Amino acid sequence: MLYIKCPHCGMRSQNEFSYGGDATVKRPDLNKEVSDQDWDNFVYNRKSLRGKHLELWQHLSGCRQWIKVERDTATHEIFRTLKANEDNS
Amino acid sequence: MDQNYRLSDIGLINRDKKLSFKFNDKTYYGYEGDTLASALIANGVHLIGRSFKYHRPRGFFGAGVDEPYAIVQLYRNGETEPNIKATEQELFEGLEATSVNCWPSVNFDIGAINNFFKIFLPAGFYYKTFMWPKSFWYKVYEPFIRKAAGLGVASTKHDKERYEHKYEYCDLLIAGSGPSGLASAYAAAKNGARVILAEDKARFGGTLLTSEVNIGNQSGKEWAEGIIAELKEMPNVTIKNRSQVFGYYDHNMLVMSERISDHLPKTRKFHPKQRLWYIRAKEVIISSGSIERPIVFGNNDTPGVMLSSAAKEYLKVYGVLVGRSPLIFTNNDSGYETAIEFKKNGVDPIILDTRKDPQSEIVDEAKNLGINIKFSYVVVAAQGYKKVKSADIAKISDDKEQLGVVENIKCDCICVSGFWTPTIHLASQSGNKTKFNEDIDAFVPEASKQNETTLGAANGSYTLDETLKSSFETGHELSKKITNNNNKISFPNVVEKKSTTHDKFWCVPLPEGKNYKRFLDFQNDVAVSDVEIALKEGYRSIEHVKRYTTLGMATDQGKTSNLNGLQLVSNIENKVVPNVGHTTFRPPYTPVSIGAIVGREVGKHSKPTRKSPMHSWHEKNNAVFVDAGVWLRPRYYKQGNENLFEGSKREAKNVRTNVGVCDVTTLGKIDIKGPDAAELLNRVYTNAWLKLPVGKARYGVMLREDGIVMDDGTTTRISENHYHMTTTTAQAANVLSHLEYYLQLVWPELSVNVVSTTEQWAGAAIAGPKSRDLLQKLFSNSDVSNEGLPFMGYMEGDLFGVKARIFRISFSGELAYEVNVESDNGNFMWEKIIEVGQEFKIQPYGTEALSTLRIEMGHVAGSELDGRTIPYDNSLEGLLSKKKDFIGKRSLTREAFTAEDRQKVVGVVPLDKKTSIPEGSHLVKDSNAPLPNPKLGYISASCWSVEHDNPFSLAILKDGKNMIGEKLFAMSPLKNKVIPVEIVSSHYVDPKGERVRS
Repeated sequence: MLYIKCPHCGMRSQNEFSYGGDATVKRPDLNKEVSDQDWDNFVYNRKSLRGKHLELWQHLSGCRQWIKVERDTATHEIFRTLKANEDNS
Repeated sequence: MDQNYRLSDIGLINRDKKLSFKFNDKTYYGYEGDTLASALIANGVHLIGRSFKYHRPRGFFGAGVDEPYAIVQLYRNGETEPNIKATEQELFEGLEATSVNCWPSVNFDIGAINNFFKIFLPAGFYYKTFMWPKSFWYKVYEPFIRKAAGLGVASTKHDKERYEHKYEYCDLLIAGSGPSGLASAYAAAKNGARVILAEDKARFGGTLLTSEVNIGNQSGKEWAEGIIAELKEMPNVTIKNRSQVFGYYDHNMLVMSERISDHLPKTRKFHPKQRLWYIRAKEVIISSGSIERPIVFGNNDTPGVMLSSAAKEYLKVYGVLVGRSPLIFTNNDSGYETAIEFKKNGVDPIILDTRKDPQSEIVDEAKNLGINIKFSYVVVAAQGYKKVKSADIAKISDDKEQLGVVENIKCDCICVSGFWTPTIHLASQSGNKTKFNEDIDAFVPEASKQNETTLGAANGSYTLDETLKSSFETGHELSKKITNNNNKISFPNVVEKKSTTHDKFWCVPLPEGKNYKRFLDFQNDVAVSDVEIALKEGYRSIEHVKRYTTLGMATDQGKTSNLNGLQLVSNIENKVVPNVGHTTFRPPYTPVSIGAIVGREVGKHSKPTRKSPMHSWHEKNNAVFVDAGVWLRPRYYKQGNENLFEGSKREAKNVRTNVGVCDVTTLGKIDIKGPDAAELLNRVYTNAWLKLPVGKARYGVMLREDGIVMDDGTTTRISENHYHMTTTTAQAANVLSHLEYYLQLVWPELSVNVVSTTEQWAGAAIAGPKSRDLLQKLFSNSDVSNEGLPFMGYMEGDLFGVKARIFRISFSGELAYEVNVESDNGNFMWEKIIEVGQEFKIQPYGTEALSTLRIEMGHVAGSELDGRTIPYDNSLEGLLSKKKDFIGKRSLTREAFTAEDRQKVVGVVPLDKKTSIPEGSHLVKDSNAPLPNPKLGYISASCWSVEHDNPFSLAILKDGKNMIGEKLFAMSPLKNKVIPVEIVSSHYVDPKGERVRS
């Protein structure tokens, strides 16, 4: 079971969180023309990375904040966690 | 005959407390502190079971978790448990156990015929044999194999015992209480660290209990007892015996199973049987020790052949002799220690040492005691069927290839020592690579992957002095890192006898003309010849060899067999062992009961149960409840001998003719506040929300980004920047997360707050033509006329002094209202509605009538909004705004979603107007078409229309728009029904929606 540092609450066990997928996916702006390909990429197409992956988790049974977690998908090592509004870079 | 093999003056058992127990229906006696194994050996019982494949007699091989043979069926307090190791099971008064793997009895076993046909049962025989004729498999082969093979029998009864889970955090978790565990725990605890020390056995101390050493002028055992006594008193230390740390998971999460009651005749009141600990440790010390490995020789599975360390443990801990004329077969000094203990207790052993001329203090001591030692000698084969009677021995050449003349000597047990294998399971589970240590012929952990350190014998360090020094240091260093304290304790003085190197010899060659079975794996009957066959047949990867031969599988997971298996593969393949590699160490290290894994989450505790504030009223009024997610909701209120069908029909009918009230507390409720609340709703819902006036409600549908309907419900504008959203019962949590996702990540610029208020409000739906009359009496100060409170209107009201929210919304298609009050007032509200409603013939209605009412008016719900349908499918396309963007809108232009013959919700009526259509039935054109019959659609919901007094269903039907009036068949192979049906509009009642506005 992973041990995730919620940027708001501190270290918490994985069972307080729910997984939310790739954090680098950006929703196309509202009311904008989006090509079929771009829309498909946003809705469906995800990389299945081995290695460093920036992903979303929600601290569901805690502060309910969505956070970003940089995790190695092979070793589960967590490099850092960020608040929703913190820059990825 | 009582305990003939028990000595009178040695051991840690309590001779003042005699216990009786039964094995295979015969009564025996042992002492408090015995294991079932030690008590049986004390009584001279060595035949305990039959082997898995050949049904050869099985005795005891070890004295702990490594035991491959002594597996029994245990009976305790009216329950039975299979596959209990007799070497681990502590004795209690009245214990009963029986052998497994033997039929009809342990002494006469039909399966043992396999032994004489063993040529037919080579490696992979399950894969090769019984292939033909095909029909023989389940009639002949399988029943026979199942009866003759297999381990114990699981109980079919409900387990009455309680199992618990516990979450714990500590600075330092130490697995194993041998010398390294005790020393590191002590050093860390004295330095202020929060320590958990876990010991698998009942007694702390590990090898200190059996070895002849001196620490700080005390015996090893006394020193261990002193440390334990001191640790027990320290508030920062938790010490647990009978607790196996069996799994090392991610981020230093370890799981430990504590056997709290297994050693007692029955579980004490309010105590669990076992407890599973989930421990998150900052640092972990693996001090799991090592397991002696056997030397392979002919018939080495005969009862009476056992590990020399086990013989020593039975002697020193339990005061039990495993034999009176022991033969010690060793390639290292450990065998001598066992021999010396025998000699000191009046038994004359013979030592066969494969080494030519070893020089060490231990060897010297054995010589000085006058023990008969034969150097460069091996056991060629054990003789005897149900117990060792003698041994064929021979001199072996220096190159270990040639045997001398074979002689036979009498003995009643053969104690084997092939040196020591570190227990690296936990380190390996943590993610460590392993490396092969040539000095000890075994794998040890390489660099740590997580925050863990392996110490002592588990790390291949076999001298006490070195082990204690490194353990004291590590305990101190790790605790210093965590606590910043620097409290150092001094090393005690250690005296131990020096030993010399072992002989890298592990398998005795077969003598000319003999074809003895030489077993590698004792639990699965895997012999040297089986591995040879597997390799001949082309199996190379050690993982494949394992699965093909079953080497290292089953309940002991090859704790005594894996390394010798690797030696053999490397010999045949002409590789060195590290290049062969080893199989993966997976948790659990030892078997864990399913009960412990499940914990308290059984029966009604397997999920939480949520009840509305009106629950007790429903109970008192004969409600029959149904699970709605985690909620318990009244399904119908039983009157007299009514069944569900009659009761729900009565209730639904009363709503259509008078007035009914339904508990709708379970609906999800989300409070939405902020200047951008309307904008959020406008993006989340498919219809327009910016112009909804205060005091008005609106129905809305929300989509996922892929265009599929996620949920529906009404949202009401309470005040300028305050909205009250309702969701379906099932989707309440998901919708909240969905809103939070968009607010926090996608549109953080929106100034909106959302919070769940599902529990804060109790809700009652009042529906029926007389509902307004009732409402007026409930809220006499308010104007609830059609003008004062029009359809989709909202107002606050005073319900006999209680503040209430009144929504004019309808799920039933009738004139209807929903009243919400604070949860604490829920029961008050409900009772008032029932009381005042009497004059209008009010009846409460449950979920079944609720469904009936919504189905016959064609209102889609969970069974249509099932995560596969888009708005068009549910005839909700009128709610799709063309003017604005919303979540999922872009996906609706997908080709399949805009197809001309796209599926759509329709009504379905059986032609005979009598036969109810099972939900899930398929709609087909031709009921006699060959299979697979092309499916046009499926029945999503069925009811008995109270308005038309005939069955009515909703269906999602291909090209539903153009199918009205068509005649099809509803087929349910499950219910074996074919029903001719007609497709009608989904709005079966009040298609123009006049009633809700009346």
